[in-house]
This record gives sequence, structure tokens and C-alpha cells, in this order.
Amino acid sequence: MTDLKRTVLFDLHGELGGKMVPFAGYEMPVQYPMGVMKEHLFTRAHAGLFDVSHMGQILMTAKSGRVEDAALALERLVPVDILGLKEGRQRYALFTNDTGGIQDDLMVANRGDHLFLVVNAACKEADFAHLKAHVGADCDIGMVEDRALVALQGPEAATALARLVPDVVEMAFMDVAIRHWDSAELWISRSGYTGEDGFEISVPNKFAESFVRRLLGMEEVAPIGLGARDSLRLEAGMCLYGHDIDEGTSPVEGNLTWAIQKARRAGGAREGGFPGAGRILKELAEGPPRRRVGLRPKGRAPMREGIEVYAAAEGGDPIGKITSGGFGPSIEAPMAMAYLPADLSDGATVYGEVRGKRLPAVISPMPFQPNRYKR
Amino acid sequence: MKYTEDHEWLRVEGDHVVVGITDHASEQLGDVVFVELPEPGTSVSKGEEIVVIESVKAASDIAAPLDGEIVEVNSDVADNPGMVNEDPTGKAWFFKMKVADLSALDGLMDEAAYKEMIG
Repeated sequence: MTDLKRTVLFDLHGELGGKMVPFAGYEMPVQYPMGVMKEHLFTRAHAGLFDVSHMGQILMTAKSGRVEDAALALERLVPVDILGLKEGRQRYALFTNDTGGIQDDLMVANRGDHLFLVVNAACKEADFAHLKAHVGADCDIGMVEDRALVALQGPEAATALARLVPDVVEMAFMDVAIRHWDSAELWISRSGYTGEDGFEISVPNKFAESFVRRLLGMEEVAPIGLGARDSLRLEAGMCLYGHDIDEGTSPVEGNLTWAIQKARRAGGAREGGFPGAGRILKELAEGPPRRRVGLRPKGRAPMREGIEVYAAAEGGDPIGKITSGGFGPSIEAPMAMAYLPADLSDGATVYGEVRGKRLPAVISPMPFQPNRYKR
Repeated sequence: MKYTEDHEWLRVEGDHVVVGITDHASEQLGDVVFVELPEPGTSVSKGEEIVVIESVKAASDIAAPLDGEIVEVNSDVADNPGMVNEDPTGKAWFFKMKVADLSALDGLMDEAAYKEMIG
């Protein structure tokens, strides 16, 4: 694994007994000695600490100095209302491509005089180049290289973090703030990717280990690996880029229309004007041919990524494919996401072909596990 | 007990052989969430994949360690797959089989050889 990159917390993962695997070009902990199942349940009961330093942190500042200009520039690349995003707030967004597919999904925060973006590890170089190429004339784009990113997720996350930064308890879901811990400047958002209340905290590299050690010293907090991160996000109905959404799936097919605000839709103040708007606006108006749905297999057998889905127990061609699937420790049952014809609705039974046998699964609303954000 | 290279253990019980997976295999698999067992009465040949184990991470197969016939399966394991992590060499046995030739066990590893194999 010599060509893999390491986060600044690498040595700490080793000390904590993390089992390291290659992920998006990094050597990352897939689990700690607690194991995936217990780590998952611990996060839902207490507070899980995740190293997500492999993700890209990007600063975007308009050359005019006005955040509105940065917002309008970014709107040329995403079907999202960025201009309407208030200072101190964060929003989910998607980079679309010219054919209406998704190049990456990301978080965008308005920090008063600039935007702060968090993008997927595997896409960060491409996203940076994409921004440079398309909005570089109007904005300075900077990849943040000197900061780690950690997520603290779970019902006890606020209690734990408040011991170091007391006023985080006043933040609401999707608020962002800059706070100090000792002499470290922390960039904090009340968000995450588990369906739980929690925070993502960007911390300067040189303070990262001591900050994380302070949190891990608390009874409510344990380190959690990528394995549980995956089962937590799947229970929460959230997409994993490259699996549940990709360059071929549109945001409408991906069931992410909630991320496209009125201002960017037909008849909106800034209708269209993003890559692939033709296809995306058409699908918003007419409905997509297929859609990402949740599946609950009826038996105990997990239906994993790549499994083909059929309309009937026998015969016929596949009608779709599973894009993520596994076992949900909190719902104590298997769960999956699949792309299926849009005319199938919740409650319909379909069949996943597992080891040559077609097993029934019911199209089910997501999230599978109710989310518990602090609104 | 005897062991296979696929991390199964075999224990002779009268004229039957009880089969499960080792502690090492259970640790490597991680939390087991699903086990599918063969039907009692099935004739199996050595190397044939007859048990499916799914952990939180992935699916894996367990092969028949010897030629023979499945005489009993442990349905407790199918109902409560977590047993495989808790007690893989005890309560979480998978199946009992009648083997065509008990002397075939002599060709399998003993505990010392197995321990050496897993290092």
C-alpha cells in the first residue's frame, strides 16, 4: 500500500487497532477492534468519531470579494440555489455534467465572504480542476491541504463536543460556524452522513491528533471505521457517490429532487443554467424513466451491490440493479438501494437474484432508520 | 479436532462428523448476519459449496470438507447468525454429516498444523 496517501491521523488509527484498507487513494480504517456492528450501534446510541480527512475541502472566493458572485458562479455548475443560502448555513449540492449525470455530490457553506465546499475524496482533484476551468476567471479556488476533517456523530455528539466548544449546542442542523479550541481555529458544521445529530469539524493538521484524543478520552466517544460509516449512511437512505449516483444517473433519477430548489427549476428566478439542465428540467416535468428506491429484502439474506432485480419470481429480463446493499444493524434486517422503473411504487414486491435464486424484496421508503437531526 | 485449509473444523461424533468454522475464520469474517445451510439428506462431494455465510462485509461460502451426506443442520445458527462470532467452535456448528470414509479425516490438518498455517 505504498502509493496510498495517509491522513494526519494515520498513526493514531494504528494505535487504536484500526484495520487499514485502501479507500479512494487513502489508507483508511475500515473498522476498529469493536467491529462494524458494534461501532454502528455505538454511534446510534452515543457518539462515533470518524476520520474523514481524505475528503476534499475547497475554498471559493469571488475576485469581486462579494459572496453573491461566488454563489452565482457556483450555480453555473450545480442545480442548487446557492444565492439563497444564508450566511452561516450549509446545503447539499451536486455537480452535474453536460448529459445531466452527477459528477460528484458535495456540501456548500456560506461563510460570509466566501463559500466552503466539502467534496468526495475520490473526486476532489477532478472537482478542483472543474471549478478552476469553469469559474476560475471569476473566483479564487483553493484546496485546503493543511486541515484534517473529523465527524462526530450520534445523540451524545453535542454533549461531547460542548466540553471543548461550549456554544456548539446553540447550532442547528446545517449551521456552520468558526470557533476556537485552544489556539486552533475549528470550522464546524452541524451535519454529517449518518442520519444522526452531529458535527463535522475541520481542524488544522497540527492540532488534529490532540483534538481527536481529547474527544476519544470522553466516555461517550469511540472511533468508528468506514464499515460502520457505510451501514449508517445506507440506513439513513443517503447516496454513496460512485455507487448510488454517478455520471450516468441524473439527480431526478437519483431521487434527489429535494436538492433542486424552486429558484433553479422551470419558472424559477434562475431557471436552468447548470450542466445538463435540458435533461434534468425535462425529467422534473415529465418524471424520469427510472428512480433510486429503497428495498427491504423479505428474508435475512443481504442483497448486495450489483445484484440484478426482476419483476417476477421467474422469467423476464432484469428491470434494474442494486447499487448498495447490506445488513442494517439498527433495523436488524437487510436493506438495499436500487434503480428501478419509475412506475413501480412503494409496497411493490420485486425479486433480487442472489446466488441464482430470486428472493423477494419490497420497495420501501427511505430512510430505513428515522433520522434525528437537531432542527 | 481436524481442520481444513478453508478454516473449517471437524469433530467426530460417533459415526458422524460435526463441522463448523474456526475462531480465526469468524474473526476474519467480522459480524455474521446471515447463514444459509444445506437441506438434511443432501449428498455432497468434497469441495462443493454448501453453506453461505454473509457478514457485514461480504458473502463467503463454506465447502463440504469430505464426501458424504448431510444428516443434520443447526437451525439455531440460521435463526441467530451472531452465534458464529460468539461461539464458532461450540454452539455455532453448521452441520453434521455422514462421511463415506472416516479415514479421509486422516488427510486433514491437526490443530498444530492449522495453527502453523494461520501463523
